[in-house]
Amino acid sequence: MTNYLVKRVLMMLVTLWIIVTLTFSLMHAIPGNPFASESDQLPEQILANLRAKYHLDEPLPVQYLMYLKNLVFLDLGPSIKSDSRSVNDMIADGFGASAWLGGQAISIAVVFGILFGIIAALNRNRTLDYVAMALAVLGVAVPSFIMAPLLINFLAIKFPLFPVATWGTWMHTVLPSLALAFGPIAIITRYMRASMIEVMNQNYIRTAEAKGIPTVLIVIKHGIRNAILPVITFLGPLIASLITGTFVVEKIFAIPGIGKYFVDGIFNRDYPVILGTTIFYSAILIVTIFLIDIAYSLIDPRIRLTKKEG
Amino acid sequence: MNQHLLTIDNLKVNFKTYGGEVQAVRGVSFHVDKGETVAIVGESGCGKSVTAQAIMGLIPNPPGRIVGGKVVFEGTEISSLPKKELLGIRGTQIGMVFQDPMTALNPTMKVGAQIVEGFVRSQKVSREEARKRAIEMLRLVGIPDPEQRVDQYPHQFSGGMRQRVVIAIALACDPKLVIADEPTTALDVTIQAQILDLLKRLQEEQQLSVVIITHDLGVVAEIAHRMVVMYAGMVVETGTVEDVFANPKHPYTWGLMRSLPRLDEEEKQRLVPIEGTPPDLFNPPVGCAFAARCDFAMEICKQQMPPTTSFGQGHEAACWLHDERAPRIEELVAAGRQA
Ligand SMILES: Nc1ncnc2c1ncn2[C@@H]1O[C@H](COP(=O)(O)OP(=O)(O)O)[C@@H](O)[C@H]1O
Ligand code: SF4
Ligand SMILES: [Mg+2]
Repeated sequence: MTNYLVKRVLMMLVTLWIIVTLTFSLMHAIPGNPFASESDQLPEQILANLRAKYHLDEPLPVQYLMYLKNLVFLDLGPSIKSDSRSVNDMIADGFGASAWLGGQAISIAVVFGILFGIIAALNRNRTLDYVAMALAVLGVAVPSFIMAPLLINFLAIKFPLFPVATWGTWMHTVLPSLALAFGPIAIITRYMRASMIEVMNQNYIRTAEAKGIPTVLIVIKHGIRNAILPVITFLGPLIASLITGTFVVEKIFAIPGIGKYFVDGIFNRDYPVILGTTIFYSAILIVTIFLIDIAYSLIDPRIRLTKKEG
Repeated sequence: MNQHLLTIDNLKVNFKTYGGEVQAVRGVSFHVDKGETVAIVGESGCGKSVTAQAIMGLIPNPPGRIVGGKVVFEGTEISSLPKKELLGIRGTQIGMVFQDPMTALNPTMKVGAQIVEGFVRSQKVSREEARKRAIEMLRLVGIPDPEQRVDQYPHQFSGGMRQRVVIAIALACDPKLVIADEPTTALDVTIQAQILDLLKRLQEEQQLSVVIITHDLGVVAEIAHRMVVMYAGMVVETGTVEDVFANPKHPYTWGLMRSLPRLDEEEKQRLVPIEGTPPDLFNPPVGCAFAARCDFAMEICKQQMPPTTSFGQGHEAACWLHDERAPRIEELVAAGRQA
């Protein structure tokens, strides 16, 4: 077990390093630089000083090694555009809102996706199933940046139940969470439905019926637990899509999260901000996938972390 | 007159499918007394499992439906009980052992918990008592180290051991009747013999009544007292195992016997499978269902259902050959037909 964990953590660090390297190279491959918009107005000497200040005058490999060195001490460097602030500050600033939004969206997606999937499976080929499946198709087809304005239009403007945008009270979180969760709900519903239908046709369900266990208990004790397993393996990529979705949704709802800094960072070629937020999100994602694997092994007795292979 | 433990009376079960309505069981009657083992034999698809499911009230509906007849257990007609009362009989009064032990157990639930799940429900016992019961059941079915095994998961058991667990589940509530649907078909030959021995020992020790479903006459000879031969959803012959083996009366039973390896014969006889296939159950024939494959088929066989003839001691067969108007079997054999 310890062996496995050590190996896993090492793998996670390697993965992160690859992501840092790739992002670093790609970012510098994009034309433009942080001072592009000002270079017409600023005298050459000032630009040179600015470059020197942020070590942009050093060769790329040197910049890369310097960045890695700071990263080891969890220092993501200064923002080039907002002079007074470090990327660490920005992330600390935006993390609360982003984490709340992401966490709430994931919880909504998992709870409702699984619930709808179960309901659809148990009512297979009946009205409730068709309704759930129709919603699921919509959820897959409509991206969050279309869903967000639709939600605003109906639930904030036509029927002013929730605030249009910005951040503050819990009421502010409802529409962006829904916009984010809609797609993942749809995907989880479909997976859970298929998995549940398969499980309910298994022989061990018949065994439970032959024991005289009422249907409700069979569904809960024998059905759901087994049906959730394949869905859990799918949560990793889903959470990834949800995290990238927050960039756009935060922008639409003007939420002061990390996503806003990231998007602004890209427009401004603010290298440290782009790198820092990307690394931060990657780290979260890698840790999430790790936790999902552990959760999986806890639910499925056939999978034990001590095992050498698979 | 003493009452049978279980009586199946003219049971009919249909399944609605895209191709039409399958008449899987077409008027099956038999009974099981206390402390006896009754074997149901017949080729695959003749309705054995459906009959078992009907007894347990486990016919999947839709597509299946009991369209006629009844199942009476201890004087109560259980085929018409509301679901809630049926749940009080399933598991506690009638236990069931399934064919495939590899898939009959929940992979994510500890074996002990699966064994006593029904027991805990019906007896409302504490956790410790339940655990003790699970260990006791594991010991009863001959699983070594039951104290450790009780907390393990099915994937940690071999096929034979899993089938013992399935048997333990069926017996956990001290049922009066156990229905075993091909309990050894999925196992290796040596394990088969062990599981049969176990069933036989449990039946004797616990004074159980057992319905064992099989397509293997060897299994029948090994553990059953009486047998019911089914063909195309109907009973064609029934009687004590001794009577039917010594003096089979139905041409289908003759065919089954001929396809059985004989240990008492010196030279190895070739097994003769019965030629042809069973009839289409969407449109079963009006007369004897076996007519198309029967060496003795007569004109009447194709036109009318054969009546049931009794040969004493509950030995019965449904075949026109035993009608007094039919030619003697010896004459038919003399005329070149195979017996
Ligand atoms: N769930 C079902 N849906 C449709 N047809 C079924 C179903 N279960 C059984 N049948 C039909 O009933 C007939 C008898 O099946 P079964 O009792 O399983 O045979 P066996 O004697 O081999 O156990 C078969 O022809 C099968 O096609
Ligand atoms: S009734 Fe006729 S066809 Fe059917 S088994 Fe008897 S002899 Fe053969
Ligand atoms: Mg069967």
